[in-house]
Amino acid sequence: MASALINVPPKAKRGDIVEIKTLMSHIMETGYRHTTTGEAVPRDIITSFTCRFNGTEIFRADLFPAIAANPFITFFATVSESGKFEFEWTGDHGFSETASASITVE
Amino acid sequence: MQQSPHSRRRFLGLAGGAAAASAIPMVIVRPADATPATLASAIRSVTGGAVVQTGKVKLDIPPLVENGNTVPMTVTVAHPMAAEDHVRSIHVFNEKNPQPNIANFQLGPHNGRAQVSTRVRLADSQRIVAIAKLSDGTFWSATADVIVTLAACTEDVI
Repeated sequence: MASALINVPPKAKRGDIVEIKTLMSHIMETGYRHTTTGEAVPRDIITSFTCRFNGTEIFRADLFPAIAANPFITFFATVSESGKFEFEWTGDHGFSETASASITVE
Repeated sequence: MQQSPHSRRRFLGLAGGAAAASAIPMVIVRPADATPATLASAIRSVTGGAVVQTGKVKLDIPPLVENGNTVPMTVTVAHPMAAEDHVRSIHVFNEKNPQPNIANFQLGPHNGRAQVSTRVRLADSQRIVAIAKLSDGTFWSATADVIVTLAACTEDVI
């Protein structure tokens, strides 16, 4: 079962740049591997990752088979108000997972 | 007895020649992977043929990795993230994986700092290229060479 790990600081000062770390458990099967009987293993990857803050998209990544299993992505965000980060991963075979994290801005 | 050093020398000479002859096709015959030509076309599909300047971008990746299945990588662009002048996107490419793309990251002034980290797979020792697109339409790049001991992506499923 897919599960996400999110690391967002719980508190920040207005205008701070905070680091956001995300990890989603996923096999990220490349589609370039073969079984011992010679059959190709079908591709099964996360193709897109999106982060929204209070409804506004602030970061998006297109992923390819060259991303390691259990995609780990970190990036930064400037926070000017308290709110909620919403994360969404979508991929092959209808894969779709979401997670969220709140931050309090003082 | 007299003959043996001579024949040994001739054998070594032949063996050396055979090794050299077999080494040449190994260099020429490449599997269907992201050759520099596909790398160039992948870069062109992002830049639209615009000039890519060297600088501003910093690509942090270990120069020597043991396991190509998970290689930490950080791309930093030394550029302000103001609303009127910021980094719009970061694109990472490789030379020898089956596909030339690694990832595309869309950024904006909300990010504050143009820096992303992830973990990548590398199928061979190769060159990695990171390209940043700025809001003024210019492109900046950095490259890094990585030596991989254990390749990723193509090994058999056990």
